[in-house]
Amino acid sequence: MDAEAAKLVGAGLAAIGVGLAALGVGNVFGSFLDSALRNPAAADGQQGRLFIGFAAAELLGLLAFVVAMILLFVA
Amino acid sequence: MAAEGGKIDPMHQFLVEPIFGKGWEIAGHSIAFTNSALWMVITLAALWLFMLGGMKRELVPGRWQAAVEGFTGFISNMMHTNIGPKGKAFVPYVFSLFMFILIANLMGMMPVGILSPVHPGFHAFTVTSHLTVTGVLAILSFSIVLIVGFWRHGFHFFSLFVPHGTPVYMIPLIFLIELFSFLIRPFSLGLRLFVAMTAGHILMKVLAGFVINGANAGLGIAAIVSIPSFVLMVGITLLELLVCAIQAYVFALLTSLYLNDAINLH
Repeated sequence: MDAEAAKLVGAGLAAIGVGLAALGVGNVFGSFLDSALRNPAAADGQQGRLFIGFAAAELLGLLAFVVAMILLFVA
Repeated sequence: MAAEGGKIDPMHQFLVEPIFGKGWEIAGHSIAFTNSALWMVITLAALWLFMLGGMKRELVPGRWQAAVEGFTGFISNMMHTNIGPKGKAFVPYVFSLFMFILIANLMGMMPVGILSPVHPGFHAFTVTSHLTVTGVLAILSFSIVLIVGFWRHGFHFFSLFVPHGTPVYMIPLIFLIELFSFLIRPFSLGLRLFVAMTAGHILMKVLAGFVINGANAGLGIAAIVSIPSFVLMVGITLLELLVCAIQAYVFALLTSLYLNDAINLH
């Protein structure tokens, strides 16, 4: 397999990591909604932490996207 | 945007080009005015106009003043919640950071490409879709955190990396791990905003390419490919507008949390 084809296959595999990011972010928001519906009065106070959790999960998943971009356009 | 026979080229929109020619230099370094600089000036102008329009002091605010006060109150509240009364000194910095990132993100979403017939190749350039720009903003925030931390606490600042109550034999390992996760903060700040903006714009360019290529391939394929892609583009655009706001908020929120670490040392 020549290098160019291997790079494209690698970029495609990195896209699986982005799907895992979707799972992670969905987990964060799902947990928030679960508990917010049990205790709606306390939900608004925790919104800051919701976005911190979202940012952390999203960043780690987007690192997989960065790997895909590096494979396609840099290496 | 199609290149050579139907191939979609999503990366051309991120190209930084000088507008008035490449010859401008000081001491061998190029100071050419680029499209990136142009859009930063546009962001500055939009922000300045927005704040000017709202900085009246009417007791019963009109709509514009209420909008500006909404933003300032939002950031002021966030700083007070995360840092406490000592955070008041940093509200101007975090507010400027938040508004610049928000408006720069939104300017990149403006449908300016419609004016392409008037000025060929004219398109909205997202300033924050370059790691150089977001990296500088992240380094700025991180430097302020370090300077504030060492100014207020001196070498006691390093107690941040040894949480209260760790067993003595674990302190070296815990110190190294905490130090590493502290040092990675500027990278994560800059990288998060950069990748979010770049990924969003690449996605929209690819979908737009589908719409155009589908329409060029005949009526049958246009109905199956172009119309669902166009509907998806509308939805993704809404999502991208939300992501613009969320990423600006997350950048400001994390900056305020890091400042809290430096000021209050947990």
